[in-house]
Amino acid sequence: MRNITFTLNGEKVTVETTLSRRLLDVIRIDLGLTGTKEGCGEGECGACQVYLDGKIVNSCLVPMSNVIGREVQTIEGFAKTKAYEKIEKAYIEEGAVQCGFCTPGMVMATNALLKDNAHPNSKEIKESLAGNICRCTGYQTIFKAVKKIADEEEK
Amino acid sequence: MKIKDPVNRVDIQAKLNGSVKYIEDMIFENLHYARTLRSSIPRGKILSVAYPDIIEGITIVDKNDIIDKNEVSMIDTDMPIFADSEVNYVGEPIALIVGKDKNQVIEFFNKIIVEYEPLEAVLTMGDNATFSKRTYTKGDLSKYSTLEEFSGHYKTTYQEQLYMEKQGVVANYVDKRIEIYGSMQCPYYIKNALINALGFNENRIRVIQTTTGGAFGGKEDYPSLMACQTALASIKIGAPVRLIFDRREDIIFTTKRHPSETNITSYLENGKIKGMKIDVELDAGPYLGLSDVVLQRAILSMTGAYQIENLEVNGVVYKTNNVFNGAFRGFGAPQSLFALEQHMTQIAKHLGKDPLDLRREYFVQTGQLTSTNGIFHENIYLAKMADKLEEISDYKNLKKESDDGNLVGYGFAIVPHGGGFTGDGEAVHIKAVVKLKKDTEGFVHILVSNVEMGQGALTALAKIVASALDIPLDRVVYKNTDTHAVPDSGPTAASRTTMVIGKLLYEAAVKLREVMDVNEEIIITEHYKQPDYIEWDQDTLQGNAYLSYSWAALLARVEVDPLTLEVSCTDIYGIYDVGIPVDEKLLLGQVHGGVIQGMGYGMMEAMYSDGGKIQQNSFASYAVPTTVDVPNIHSDWIINEYEDGPFGAKAAGELTLVGVAPAIASAVADAIGKDIYEIPVLPEKILEVTK
Ligand code: FES
Ligand code: FES
Repeated sequence: MRNITFTLNGEKVTVETTLSRRLLDVIRIDLGLTGTKEGCGEGECGACQVYLDGKIVNSCLVPMSNVIGREVQTIEGFAKTKAYEKIEKAYIEEGAVQCGFCTPGMVMATNALLKDNAHPNSKEIKESLAGNICRCTGYQTIFKAVKKIADEEEK
Repeated sequence: MKIKDPVNRVDIQAKLNGSVKYIEDMIFENLHYARTLRSSIPRGKILSVAYPDIIEGITIVDKNDIIDKNEVSMIDTDMPIFADSEVNYVGEPIALIVGKDKNQVIEFFNKIIVEYEPLEAVLTMGDNATFSKRTYTKGDLSKYSTLEEFSGHYKTTYQEQLYMEKQGVVANYVDKRIEIYGSMQCPYYIKNALINALGFNENRIRVIQTTTGGAFGGKEDYPSLMACQTALASIKIGAPVRLIFDRREDIIFTTKRHPSETNITSYLENGKIKGMKIDVELDAGPYLGLSDVVLQRAILSMTGAYQIENLEVNGVVYKTNNVFNGAFRGFGAPQSLFALEQHMTQIAKHLGKDPLDLRREYFVQTGQLTSTNGIFHENIYLAKMADKLEEISDYKNLKKESDDGNLVGYGFAIVPHGGGFTGDGEAVHIKAVVKLKKDTEGFVHILVSNVEMGQGALTALAKIVASALDIPLDRVVYKNTDTHAVPDSGPTAASRTTMVIGKLLYEAAVKLREVMDVNEEIIITEHYKQPDYIEWDQDTLQGNAYLSYSWAALLARVEVDPLTLEVSCTDIYGIYDVGIPVDEKLLLGQVHGGVIQGMGYGMMEAMYSDGGKIQQNSFASYAVPTTVDVPNIHSDWIINEYEDGPFGAKAAGELTLVGVAPAIASAVADAIGKDIYEIPVLPEKILEVTK
């Protein structure tokens, strides 16, 4: 056990834990932010995605040793941003959510995609969301929501 | 508001920003964790279970802790809560190891040694024991038995629901009452299982559904087992106990779609199908579960959208020592319709006919007899749907070439799905009761036991009520189900929520409309009444097998790489008849989700058992469709109001899945020029049939 300090959604936090503990567990259990989900625990589904120093990662694969002194943003933090509002609006209008379990991860991945590439084509959208499994929506409405945000940027 | 007004899902915002709580997100004071000790062999006697020295804080809960009956009551009570002296499948629960410290639980768990005396396990269907056999006939097949025979033998394997939220429940024993929280489809199934297992008076049992992250049938019966186990644990230790599977456990050990084998023989005369003899076999695993009901839907869906005058249909559910199977979107129909649709494709080829033209010759029509000699009483527009399908796909001008040298193929499936429980099940077994309550502030509360599991029930039912009352959607309140607050309106299954429950709520709303202005609390109760045109004999399976049918006409386009034999599905065209869409966005959500799950079943999701153990245990080894696998989906629907559905709506949830795998399999057959008899159509299967 040791104290590990990092920035979470813009605020410094210190947790007493082990270096090998998963970031996902620290976020969910120690810090009580449960918007980040565990779908597989093996890096295969994307439900646990968060930003680490602005880059998207599967938090179930990140040990706390990699988090020391770095910046973590979860869906709870991202949900307070302007970028989130646009994604929320498009997802709502397209009906891109069903059971919702993949959704926070999908939202984080959508933002990561659009940050890198403001006008992705269909192929780029598909490829960049391939790490996020959704068993409900068949992905169609998610693609549409992403397109909609990109198109609106253009205007 | 009006039913035609488009709405946004009422539960969407909290799901988007992550604030909604699933069972794993909920906080319970003094929560204990449970892990399941499971059988490692398919069949045997338990000789001993050697536990390490008990550490403080660890509790073992097993057959010795049974309070009344060691039974998980579903249709039968053959499944034990904890294995008694024998185990009957790999993964059968023997005990729960419970403790406050998760690491301690796992450490203890890893040191347990179970010794067995293995018994001979039954791992294939065949001459062994059966759970049920069912038969029906139509016309007189014996008159045609000398005609030309055309036969095929069709096989399907397991499919795992793979809901994104794993199975999970929490049991909490407080003040002599047991409370169950969890991810579930059927709160009253759980309640009834607890009454049977604990012998408690029903007031001492309360089941509360928590936001459910997908289910697809996988949370229909299975949570009853987990609820019984955790209830016993919570009673024993006097604290809340949580059982949430890890993904591997969930994939390997929970219920799946039944593997099947179907034999179809058609009797042909002058290019016409005069009759069919069909035999369907399903592998149930060791316990009955819902398998007899699944079998009934399998055989009652067996002739699909086609009028076959002379029939003999037999179905068998085998008892094996493979994993225990259950409900999955489609419930037996996907297996039957795969077999039937391949058979129709193959007959067309045999007779040198266009596959859609051949199907058109046999489309069922209003007023005709169904395969079980009921009457199709509702309007059926299959020919019009087929026309529309040709139109949206530009079928007459479809090209058989691709730019990159792939083999291109097209395949049809025209399929029904019967809404609600089979036969008179809604009236005899379910007997749904719904309530609408208007409070003094003018809010209208929906009180039903049907749950939101992602499919959109919260929005669809609220929209039906709001439209019937012509009030804004946000005046209608419909929360997660709590058996202390709502009557038993039956399970969330069989695509019955919108059609059957929606109609009852509509009727209640019509009555409430008359008294909306009265300034006091008003409760309207509605009971299910079977429409008088339904006649059903459960012993002979004769009459109206379903209240009404929804229909889908599908065309799939695939490309097959001639070298690797990899299949990609590029387009799915679909025309749907669900009466009317209660909400277009919700319907499209069902269409897209069903198409992709059906596509997985047809060409990707390979799950097999070896020595009684499921071999695929993760997202890596069990490939479900991801964004890169998704075809273009072109869909449309016809309007065909159903008199006994709310605003004319019929069932939609399962319909969207059942025809997809058959259409894709036929398209692959078209591309490679060989018949397909098994799904999923993996490259190695294509190699087998092409070499
Ligand atoms: S939970 Fe991390 S990728 Fe699935
Ligand atoms: S909405 Fe259910 S998994 Fe994506």
